[in-house]
Amino acid sequence: MSNIGQLLELAKSGDRRSLSRLVTEISESSPIPQFQSESTWTLGVTGPPGSGKSTLIGQMIKHWIAAGESVAVLALDPTSPISGGSFLADRIRMGGEDLGDNVFVRSIASGNSPGGISPRIWPMCDALSLCGWTRIVVETVGTGQSEFRIAALADRLLLVDGPDRGDIIQAEKAGILELADVIAVNKSDLPGADSSAQSIRMALSLSGDDNREVLLVSALNGYGIEKLVSTIESCHSRTAGNEMIMREKLISEWDSMLVTHPEIDELIAKLCIGSITVNEAIHVVGSSIVQSRE
Amino acid sequence: MRVVIAKPGLDGHDRGAKVIARALRDGGHDVIYTGLRKTPSEIVKIVSDEDAEVLGISTLSGAHESLIPKICDGLREDGIGNTIVFTGGIIPERDLELLYKSGVRAVFGPGTPTSDVLAFLDEALLRKQNNNPIGVGDDLGWHWN
Repeated sequence: MSNIGQLLELAKSGDRRSLSRLVTEISESSPIPQFQSESTWTLGVTGPPGSGKSTLIGQMIKHWIAAGESVAVLALDPTSPISGGSFLADRIRMGGEDLGDNVFVRSIASGNSPGGISPRIWPMCDALSLCGWTRIVVETVGTGQSEFRIAALADRLLLVDGPDRGDIIQAEKAGILELADVIAVNKSDLPGADSSAQSIRMALSLSGDDNREVLLVSALNGYGIEKLVSTIESCHSRTAGNEMIMREKLISEWDSMLVTHPEIDELIAKLCIGSITVNEAIHVVGSSIVQSRE
Repeated sequence: MRVVIAKPGLDGHDRGAKVIARALRDGGHDVIYTGLRKTPSEIVKIVSDEDAEVLGISTLSGAHESLIPKICDGLREDGIGNTIVFTGGIIPERDLELLYKSGVRAVFGPGTPTSDVLAFLDEALLRKQNNNPIGVGDDLGWHWN
């Protein structure tokens, strides 16, 4: 049995150390390992930097634990494009106190993955699910308006925003707001949260049949968290027939084949010295992908 | 390398820890910061769950004699004796031997250039790759300074 197979068996039997090693193996192995899990429950949490995603997840964890769930969090933070290093600090905000053995938090550097979401995240979620984790949360790096990748891959998506995010024109703009299943305006304890939520509700109401809720919450004092968790719990897993989601899945698969291509570094080096063109590089990658799929 | 920077006990000052975290990030490492006031067992759990290769412990409060050996024992008991441990902060000369005996491989005091810490990590990685003792559970003897 492979190292990964052994670790999975040990992790399934409850060995936490093996679970931790397994996640590392998934983040490093090539080709990317895949797991079959029927019942993986995933929530993507996205939103601008500083909107309170990690703190809010910390509050939701408490509710889930009290309800008897076991919660695994994969928390992404950016990798420096200059040094290749990272400062991963999401977990500081999640567990003020030790929440026991039913919470597993792993910090992950986003690397150079397109959309900030590594294609390795999804096998990690499946492996965690196989090991009995019933609530799996993927926290994205702080995002702007056009990072859709998480929407394609998580079963349900929570968008966290804060007060004073601009006037209604901001809420009218196309983007992640259109894709979120649940929208939470955090920091309800601060002035401006209410009008921020109202702007988003107005924007949603223009598209007639949009009945998504915009919830006011405070990760600081716990206001609205119970309602938030129950709204997330009642939201259905995203439908497979959604054109946008399929489009993102396809692009995501293509991107991951490109960035994990064995010759990628060599191709980039050749591009740097100008010995090949971008078109030629694409041709190299494309033809070898076609071959490997035949 | 994946490095956890931890603040154990009741010490509430973490400027030093943040400076080191930043220097390691700029040196190309993935740094996970625990935040303030963690217990030894919480720190061991974080190192294990994050599958970190290195643990840096910052302490300024004078509690290093009691907290650091507890953390080192915890790492060994948890089966992660291959973790490389270093410390920084206000640590009197007379206590260095105790920390080395606990399995700490380097102690960095005030005024240490951050390049020293990076050089230590390079050396530690080299020792690990060559199977020389470097983890908290390995044979004692070698330490950086």
